[in-house]
Amino acid sequence: MNRMFPISAAILALCVSLPLLAQTGADAGQQLYKTHCFVCHGQEGESIPGVSFRSGKFRRASTDEELARLILNGIPGTGMPPTNLTVDDRRNLVLYLRSMHSAGADATSEGNIANGKAIFEGKGGCVSCHRVAAMGSRSGPDLSDIGSLRNESYLAKSLLDPDHAIAPSNRFIHAVTKQGVVIDGRRLNEDTHTIQIIDKQERLMSLNKSDLREFTLVKASSMPSYRAKLSQQEITDLVSFLLSLKEPQ
Amino acid sequence: MKISALCLFPLLLSAQVSFDRLLHADREPQNWLTYSGALSGQRYSLLDTVTPQNVRNLELKWVFQARSLEKFEATPLVVDGVMYFAEAPNHVFALDAKSGRVFWDYDYHPSKDARVCCGSVNRGLAILGDTLFMGTIDARLIAIDSKSGRPIWNTEVGDPKLGYSVTHAPLVVKDKVLVGVAGGEYGIRGFIAAYEAKTGKEAWKFYTVAGPDDPGGKTWAGDSWKNGGSPAWLTGSYDPSLNLVYWGTGNPGPDWNGDDRAGDNLYSDCAVALDADTGKLKWHFQFTPHDEFDYDAVQIPVLVDSNWQGRPRKLLMWANRNGFFYVFDRQTGKFLAGSPFAKINWATGLDEAGRPMRAPNSAPTPEGKLIYPNLFGATNWYSPSFSPRTQLFYIPTWQDSNMTMAKMTQKYVPGQRYTGGLPRAANAGGRRGTRSTPVEDSAYGSILALDPQTGKKKWEFKMTDVTDSGVLTTASDLLFAGGREGYFYALDARTGAELWRASLGGQMEAGPITYAVDGKQYVSIAAGQALFTFALRD
Repeated sequence: MNRMFPISAAILALCVSLPLLAQTGADAGQQLYKTHCFVCHGQEGESIPGVSFRSGKFRRASTDEELARLILNGIPGTGMPPTNLTVDDRRNLVLYLRSMHSAGADATSEGNIANGKAIFEGKGGCVSCHRVAAMGSRSGPDLSDIGSLRNESYLAKSLLDPDHAIAPSNRFIHAVTKQGVVIDGRRLNEDTHTIQIIDKQERLMSLNKSDLREFTLVKASSMPSYRAKLSQQEITDLVSFLLSLKEPQ
Repeated sequence: MKISALCLFPLLLSAQVSFDRLLHADREPQNWLTYSGALSGQRYSLLDTVTPQNVRNLELKWVFQARSLEKFEATPLVVDGVMYFAEAPNHVFALDAKSGRVFWDYDYHPSKDARVCCGSVNRGLAILGDTLFMGTIDARLIAIDSKSGRPIWNTEVGDPKLGYSVTHAPLVVKDKVLVGVAGGEYGIRGFIAAYEAKTGKEAWKFYTVAGPDDPGGKTWAGDSWKNGGSPAWLTGSYDPSLNLVYWGTGNPGPDWNGDDRAGDNLYSDCAVALDADTGKLKWHFQFTPHDEFDYDAVQIPVLVDSNWQGRPRKLLMWANRNGFFYVFDRQTGKFLAGSPFAKINWATGLDEAGRPMRAPNSAPTPEGKLIYPNLFGATNWYSPSFSPRTQLFYIPTWQDSNMTMAKMTQKYVPGQRYTGGLPRAANAGGRRGTRSTPVEDSAYGSILALDPQTGKKKWEFKMTDVTDSGVLTTASDLLFAGGREGYFYALDARTGAELWRASLGGQMEAGPITYAVDGKQYVSIAAGQALFTFALRD
């Protein structure tokens, strides 16, 4: 019995200090991130197309050990070089990478997810442009995993002030061919000579710029502001629903 | 030169590649004997059977698919019908240049200690006699038998554990093989070194970071020179009449924080002219003194003999990553002219000696400064071209690029990144994915034709996305280049008009070449993870 107290105290102390240790490690990892990762991956870990640290998912690693191994060895065939970071440094860097996900994408608002879903599918009319899982239109961006990619404040801003939150990659275009055919759709890709779009009838189209008489990038969002259409509580519920969308279906 | 004229040199076929042949590469335009096609660095070919009139009939002849998923940055060599290059990181191939079929390959496996900032790449090989030379990403120089692919010797250039690597094509001068090192983001002390072609023994070494007792040593505060960077990761050029080698050097380290390296930091961001036999510095010119923007002067030095203000002069032309185009007297290093070819805000201009006048408050701060051009530069290592026929200088450019450059305090740890900064929010450089969609205020790419006499733009061929492609010009006034969008173009070198294009499905990060076999002219370019070769329809 005499020995139980110190052991319990030690366990208690460990339980109290573990989160603190993790935080300290993540802070150290943040410095390592700035030194070794920032230039390519960017502040939010989203600078490389197809790679999002905020999503909490890594294509080539699942466990912390696998992530640490990638940090050590780099990824052959890509721009990611090996490092000579110590075991502790790699552990701390992994802690920070994990925290990039939990710091933003796991956040939830205080709304009612079920109410938000009902608004999304009903009153809000969101499905007329957006798709979640297998339901809704493809003409706007698919939101099936938006909760992994965006945080609460970004989503709220998108609903209230769509023009200022629209990602340039989601712009719509308005084009008129030399034959006078009007084409409107969401730009999927563009280069010097061509534009690829999905139009409102969900047709994938590739346009040659040389065939167009008129081509305009529509900078205003085609989504209306919900400032006057939904109450504050409804906005909160809708944001909660969107934040709950984590995985592509 | 018409193809029939090529038959005047039948004795060259299957002969060893003497240094005399390298000196007079213009006598055998059917071959591509050095990284830039000639020691002058002009990337200009005398072949002229593909013309502005028939170029629309170019068709794909063969494709070489690389096994590596790393960037394919290599410029091939072509010697008497055999093509040589290395796919990343250091896997050498010899192919039939007519069919693309493989004769042999040599797969060197670099040490796991190798670390490179920006891709485990190889930009090409050099040849002398029957021997190929390859620099490796674990900082070795390897001699390889060009007939069999067997290694002959393998010598250490630098310590890969400290971040030294060799990514560029070596330069053969006389009986020596010259290479520089990469590693400017790892706190190396850069150098250019010459090795005996026969043995691999080091002949001379020129440190591109002046030591405390060297001339220029006072341009580094304290011990900062020890980790001063200043790499030399691209091939130099050579003038036999002056026996001078010209080479560009890279950024001082740490890249974005100059606090601990007060001074100009010689010989970072310089053009250096070295005695080819001894490596002694003849002259230097520093493009970006006390660089805090990562503006490596790592470009191909282009040597041009031309009239300058009415009299013949040996010129050196240089389009720099910092946004300025320069012309020098390459005998003396005298600055003759300079002007910006892209939007810049870090300098207000050049003074009479060519030194940039730094814009007030342009140094990176912890919070960050918006700087034009961004760290990738207004151009970079991508080969420019000079056509003696048009007298124009052609630059692959990034226009209107910017980036917020922020500095941070960083301690040097051997073998770890040592950049001292947090560059972010570039308006170009992030479009390396499957799509090239521009966003508002995106930088764009272009091929820019400059009149070197005035620095004025003659024409500009704009691309939506930026370009990492080199430029080739020919004696029929064609220009070949590509971009990140995957298009490979033939342009009219006099007007910039597009004459032909092919969609290759991968970005071009290499320089095009042209060569001929059995009288037929070919054009090759690496795109994505493959090498594509075109010729006129039979």
